[in-house]
Order: sequence, then structure tokens, then C-alpha cells
Amino acid sequence: MTFLPKPKVRHPSLPKNSLGLTRRDYEGGLSTLCAGCGHDSITAAIIEASWGIDIEPQNMVKLSGIGCSSKTTAYFVSGGHGFNSVHGRMPSIAMGANAANRDLTYIGVSGDGDTLSIGLGQFCHAIRRNLNMAYIIENNGVYGLTKGQFSASADVGTKAKKGEVNQQPPIDPVLLALTLGATFVARSFSGDKQQLVPLIQAALKHKGFALIDVLSPCVTFNDHEGSTKSYEYTREHYDAAVQADFVPFQREISADYAAGDVLPVVLHDGSRILLRKLDAGYDPTSREAATAAISERLKKGEFLTGLLYVDPAGKEFHDVNETPSIPLNQIPFKALSPGSAALTKVLARYR
Amino acid sequence: MTQDRVNDFAIKIATVNGTGSASANTLLMKSIFRSGVPVMGKNYFPSNIQGLPTWYEIRVTKDSYVARSGKVDLMVAMNAETYTKDVREVASGGYLIYDSTWPRPALLARDDITVLGVPLAKMCNENFNGVRTRILMKNICYAGVLAALLDLDVAKIRELLAETYAKKPALVDSNMKAIELGYQYTRENFQCPLPMHVAPGLLGGSKTAGHLLIDGNTAAGLGCVFAGATVAAWYPITPSTSVMDAYKGFADKLRTDPATGKKNFAFIQAEDELAAIGMVLGANWNGARAFTATSGPGLSLMNEFLGLAYYAEIPAVLFDIQRVGPSTGMPTRTQQCDILEAAFASHGDTKHVCVFPRDPEECFYFTRDAFDLAERLQTPIMVMSDLDIGMNDWMCPELKWDDSYVPDRGKVYNQDEIAKLEKFHRYLDVDGDGIPYRTLPGVHPKGAYFTRGSGHTQYGVYTEDSAEYQVVLDRLTRKFATAKRLVPKPVIEQDAHIDIAIVAYGSSDGAVREALDILAVHGIKTNYMRLRAFPFGEEVDKFLEQQKLVFVIEQNRDAQMRSLLTLETRVEKSKLRSLLHYSGLPISSEFIVKGVLAEVQPKPRKLEGVA
Repeated sequence: MTFLPKPKVRHPSLPKNSLGLTRRDYEGGLSTLCAGCGHDSITAAIIEASWGIDIEPQNMVKLSGIGCSSKTTAYFVSGGHGFNSVHGRMPSIAMGANAANRDLTYIGVSGDGDTLSIGLGQFCHAIRRNLNMAYIIENNGVYGLTKGQFSASADVGTKAKKGEVNQQPPIDPVLLALTLGATFVARSFSGDKQQLVPLIQAALKHKGFALIDVLSPCVTFNDHEGSTKSYEYTREHYDAAVQADFVPFQREISADYAAGDVLPVVLHDGSRILLRKLDAGYDPTSREAATAAISERLKKGEFLTGLLYVDPAGKEFHDVNETPSIPLNQIPFKALSPGSAALTKVLARYR
Repeated sequence: MTQDRVNDFAIKIATVNGTGSASANTLLMKSIFRSGVPVMGKNYFPSNIQGLPTWYEIRVTKDSYVARSGKVDLMVAMNAETYTKDVREVASGGYLIYDSTWPRPALLARDDITVLGVPLAKMCNENFNGVRTRILMKNICYAGVLAALLDLDVAKIRELLAETYAKKPALVDSNMKAIELGYQYTRENFQCPLPMHVAPGLLGGSKTAGHLLIDGNTAAGLGCVFAGATVAAWYPITPSTSVMDAYKGFADKLRTDPATGKKNFAFIQAEDELAAIGMVLGANWNGARAFTATSGPGLSLMNEFLGLAYYAEIPAVLFDIQRVGPSTGMPTRTQQCDILEAAFASHGDTKHVCVFPRDPEECFYFTRDAFDLAERLQTPIMVMSDLDIGMNDWMCPELKWDDSYVPDRGKVYNQDEIAKLEKFHRYLDVDGDGIPYRTLPGVHPKGAYFTRGSGHTQYGVYTEDSAEYQVVLDRLTRKFATAKRLVPKPVIEQDAHIDIAIVAYGSSDGAVREALDILAVHGIKTNYMRLRAFPFGEEVDKFLEQQKLVFVIEQNRDAQMRSLLTLETRVEKSKLRSLLHYSGLPISSEFIVKGVLAEVQPKPRKLEGVA
């Protein structure tokens, strides 16, 4: 549904997107997270990304579970409906909402506890269904609101603020998503907005489940020496394998890209992701190769980042369900209720 | 056996599950129904695929009673494993039929019943090939035996087989052959019909015309299609699964665009019940009519989300096809044991609207009402059916659909209405009925709000302020009071001179109605209130106030409805006497009659004409 709001009074020099909206129109409430929290940088990247690809605010649906990360859906795009559900269960809310209206843009924000512990089951099954949504994990290896317990993404040997050393192996959402058949798998770092913004744009436009695992340090409970999710450690150990630039449908590819260096991936609406390999041996179109390369680097305590795997041709939920293009919540009742004559007919076998 | 047992007796068939006996039993029951004689059928089956004992009870009831009588007049004992139990169950003067291929002198132990042996296996082995076919045909064969003994119309049986196997005509002939084998043998060796038999001619016209033989889960699934439900999410669990199967079957047929093959519904098998109810909430939140079906263990898992739906005010329709608990319990047996769990599902102060259908007919209409109530009240509605209603075929009046029906979508602001608002406040009581207005995503940026299960103000903003929190909680109480006026009213049958009453709900109704008739014969008259919904309206309080003694009849151990009545009405606890049936079998009229007679002495009848 198209709706253009009345122009708000803004500084005239603020740049506008094609809907005539400024970045301010994509902001939300004030963050209540700790100063310096990586999550706030991701929020900023979501605002930038949404503005940049001209999403109508009311067409964005923001979903989350419980935790620091899940609070952030209140901090961007206040013109879109938000749903802060229960711990670990956001994917099911997203599934139902998406089933009812396939036309909206769904973005879920979750954390490593919300996704990899309490919500692991729903996360896996949302991927299996190829639910059409962008799913961002704000991954800091630690429970913040309950003050510093290890999460399921904490690395073996990483040290908690109070000195405890983690012994249990981590669950890596990127590898997990790859094994489950995800069609868009990315990793990034909250401190790298340049990489993150086009990734979010591509995820929002990808048809199907698009995962971005964003390493997002917790300044309060997990930013100390000995932690493998601190700003310092992450900066030193992340390595971009693939640069992904998002080009909306209407725009021309700029001349910067010399043919041959760039692999264009065309999305369902005609927009493109331009992949530039930064690591010559990396292949983001092979699930097996990507899995092997990522595992190899994880063993060394390093994170490959970028759009690590993409398959734009996967069937999403509605393709499999064979739902019509009109959203289910907009089909008139007359077309849904078969009426008395049909009832008489179907009851014949019960007489 | 006398003339008065004609069109009035109960047959029980003991078999092994997975041997095709279900087809034989359905065939028998339906052929009686088609002849115009009322029937009741109950299936007592194991939680198993093949090899365990299973029973089917068919009651032929000229008075159209829909409950078990509590007696068995004719037993078809096809399962050697359960012979001892089955023989014991036959009422004095009754009959027992068994497969005499292997003679069982022990079965003759009772001299107050008649034992009829028919060499079913022998006949089928001589006439059919293949082990599986012989087993299946042996069961069809006993249907032929019963057709002869009970004087059933064989032409009707053929007609039914032709309908069932319309696409496989060869099966009609082979099944008919088995029927004929049993039929001829019985006619040649026994006096037919038995004194208890089916005689449609004696009823003065069909008593089944205008009726259906349908199970409650099918009726509920059908109701969801007609009520316009577009999103169905579920996790398989007995005995609720057939609600979803029915919805899918009818929707595939009635909701698929013939031109494009596209489906005007989404059918999602969830990974568990937590996800199933989450999907239902997501879809309803986004403006679709969505539902799930589950049973006790699933309802337990859904508790967390039900609390969110209550507090964040999201419509949902949930079918609870109750089965025997606690825990896994007996999954294929019936109870009414989730009443309190449903009414108060989830932590914190929560209360939920429940409706209690009594049979498949009410499953259909209450389904439509449940969607209206869910959207009007913006809260989950629990349709509290049970295994007896859900999985057994009940005789009930033809289901009708009113083409002028307009769904109540509740208070949802549309685009223009939002545009005119200065500011939208999600949880504000604009109309004073406790029901706020909602908006749907994708309609207007001014309608956007943040749905949350955390503390919120009436303006939809996060809060930890006591006063602001309480404003919303208190409004929810007002909303629940509004619900009292909107839910289905109790059905009350009352005589001002009588101060003894029976209160029941759901599938107990059939047994109560028959018990009322029997008690009247004993000279005991009682008032009757059938509860059809929670919260209880003022009528419930008023009715209870007027009674001295109230029998609350339920199919659970802990008197859950009695507890709910003491919590949620003004009734004096001491007035309420519980009659509790929790064996897992459907309640019988006999159980209720005995229970009432134990407490209330029949009034001596006035002897007329004596000086």
C-alpha cells in the first residue's frame, strides 16, 4: 500500500530519498542501551540502509524477541509497526505475519541468546521455510540484561568479565544457516558501517531468509582483555572476504567496477548485489566452498565477513505454499467464505 | 428380549487396530443412519498404529439420544486377547458373536447370554487371497453377520460401499462378497432377525432426515473455512490433528483458484506448539483470521504466548481437543480436563475467553463465533472441544450457512480513520467498553505502534510506572466484563418450583439430557443449565442463586468447572455437588442417573384411585 506522509519541517539541506524522506524519517525512539553499545551502530546502519533503498516506513515490520538486541526495533523506523515478542520466539511471529501479508518488508533483530539458545529451534525452522525476512543477529557472546553470563556463541577459552573461562564450544550461526539451506548468509561487524549498510539493503531485498550475523561488542560485559568478542579482538580478527554493494533496480551500475572483478547477483525485483571478492580464493556462490573457508578461518579464531553465500533463486515460503500475489489479509471475505450452496454440497458425504 | 428393544440397543465391536475394522463399523453405523434410525457411534482406540485392542460402540436409539447408555446388548468379539473382558461386559439377556473358526468353549461360560459362532476366518480364507485381504475381509464379513441379525438393508450397504469406493469399483464387489458371506451364513444358521433389531418402519418416518453424521473436528475445520480463516498453523497432536486435516481438505477444494491453482490460505506445519501459536498471533496481529488446534500437552506449551496475546491484545482462535491427562496421559481417550488451564493460561493475571461446544453442530457455529469474538475482544478464544466430540461421528442437524453473515473484524482503524487522528493510542479505552482500537501494519505511518509483552501505558508506550501499568490492567478487567455480554449464553431449562439443578457443559450434554428423562421416570425433576462459555454472564449467577442443590457434572477428577464457578460467580460452595467421570470413556447417562439417585430420594408417587 502506498502512502506518502505530509512533508515534515526539516532543514532544507537534508538529503531526501525518492520518497522525499530524510534519514530523520527512518529514526525511532531514543536508545536506552549503554553508551558505546555495538547495537546502536547497527541501528544506525539499518536507518541508513532503509532510507537508502526508499522503503516506505509503514511497509516495514520490525520484529524481535527479548534481550538488549531485541529492544533496538524501537529505535528505528518509527513509522513501521514493531513487535517485541517473547524470548526466542520472534521467528514464529514473523512467519505468521508474513503469511498474512507477503507485501511488507520484514526485519527481525535478535541476539545470540535469543537466537542460539532459547530460540534455536525457531531460528532453524524459519530458515528451512525460507521465510522472506532479513534476520539480524546482534552477536556479542554474552547475556547483557541478566549481567554477563556466557551465551551459546561464546568461544572456547574466552574470558568473562569476572574471570570465568568458557569451556563449551560455540554455535556458529553462519555455519548453522549454511547447513540448513539458507539462501543468504552474511557476517559483519557493528564497527564497519560501510560493509554493513549495503549488506542490510541486500538482505531486505533478498527474497527468502537473509541472515546477517553482526559481531556487536558489549561494552559493559564483554569488552575486556581475554574476551574474543571485544572491539579490539574483533577488529584484529575479522577479515572481509567479499564486498557486497547493493544497487537498487532503478540505478545504473557506476563505472567504478571493471568487468571481471565483479559478480552481479540479480534479485527478484531486478535490483542487484555486486560482489567483489577481496579474498581471491573465496566463492560466495558455492555453499560447500563457503562452509569450508569459513570453518577453516574459525579454527584460527578469525571471522570471514561480507556476503558469504547467496542464492537468489531459492523458493521462499509463499512459492511453496502457492499463495496468490495478493496478501491473504486483503482478500475480500466473499472470496474466502464459500457460501451456503457450497456447504450443502460438501456435506453430501455426511448425510 | 422384548419388542421394546427394537431400535433401542447397543452393539460393541471388539477388534484389533489396523485391521480395517473402522471401515466395517462406519459402514454398519451409516447404513442404520441412512435407513432413518438414529444412531450414536463411539470409537475407543489405542494410541497405536497396528495390533492393539480397539472397540467401537454403536447405539441404536429411537429416541435420538447421543450419549452412551452404559450397557452393551450385543458384543462382536473379534479379538481373542480381550475375550474375557468382552464377555463380562454383555448385559444379561444379550448376545455375543465370535469367530468360531477356532471354537472357544470358554466363551459359553455365561448362561445368561446367547453366544453365536460364525466361522469368519474360515469363510474368508476360502474366498479371498492374500493375508492382508483375508484379515480386512474378515472384518467386513462381521458386518454381513450383523446385517442379517439386525435386519439391516443390504441394498443400503451396497450403496454406501459404491459411494466409498466410487473410484475403485472392484473393491465394491469384493466387499459385497464378504458381506454376503456373513449374511448368508447367519440367515442359514440362526433365527433372523434377533428380537433386538432395526425396524425403520416402526418409527413413523425417518428420524434422521435433515441430519448429518459428522465428527466435531471436521465441523470445526469446515467452520474455519467458512469463517474466512486464512492462516492455519499447528503441530500434530492427537486428537486435534483432524481439525487441521479437515481445514486443509476443505480449503484445497473450496479456496483454490481454479484458474491459477493459487491457494487463498496458508497452511503451516510448525516445529512445535510454541511456534504454532506464535504464527497464529503473528497472522492475527497482521489482520488475517488465523487459528491453531491442539490438545492438553500443546496447550501447556502455548501458555507463554497466550499470556502475550492477552496482554498485548492480539486475537487468536485455539481449538483444544481435550484428551486424558495429566502429562501424556491417555492420548486417545476423552476428558474435560483443561478447563482451568485454558481459563487462566500463562503466568501473571490472565484470563481467557472459552467456549464449550456440546457436539459437532456447535463446533461449526462456535468456530464462526470464536473468530468474531477474537477480533471483537482482541484476545485468544479457546474452543474447548474434546476427543469424544472431535473424533466420533455424531448425529446432528444439517449445518447451515447464512449468506448474509458479515464477519465482525472488531475495532480496526482503516487508512482514512488513522489519517484523521491527531495521534493513535493503541491501548486507550475510547468507547468505555474496555476494548481499544488497533491498526494493521502497512496501512499508515501514523498508525504504527510497538506491540510488546512488557509493561505499557494506555498510549502504547513502555512503562515501569505503577499507575500507568495499572490503568491498562484495570481496563483489561473491564474488557473481560464486556466479554461476558458477548459470549454464547448458557442454555437454561428451569421450572420455578424446582430447586435442584444439574450444571454441565460440552460433550456431557447428551448424557445429561437422557439422564433427565430417566430421572423424571423415577419421579425426580431437576433444572438444567448448560454452560456454553467463560466468563460467566449474570444469568449464571442468577440461576445458581435460585437453586438449593446443584450437581455439577464433569469429565475430570478435580471438578475444574466447579472450581471455576466458585471463583467466578457468587455461588455458595456448599450448594455444589460434583459428579465426576474421568475414566477416559465418554460419560454415560447411567453414570449421571446413579449419581443423582445416590443423593436425592425419589418422591413417592401419589397412588391414584386409592381411598
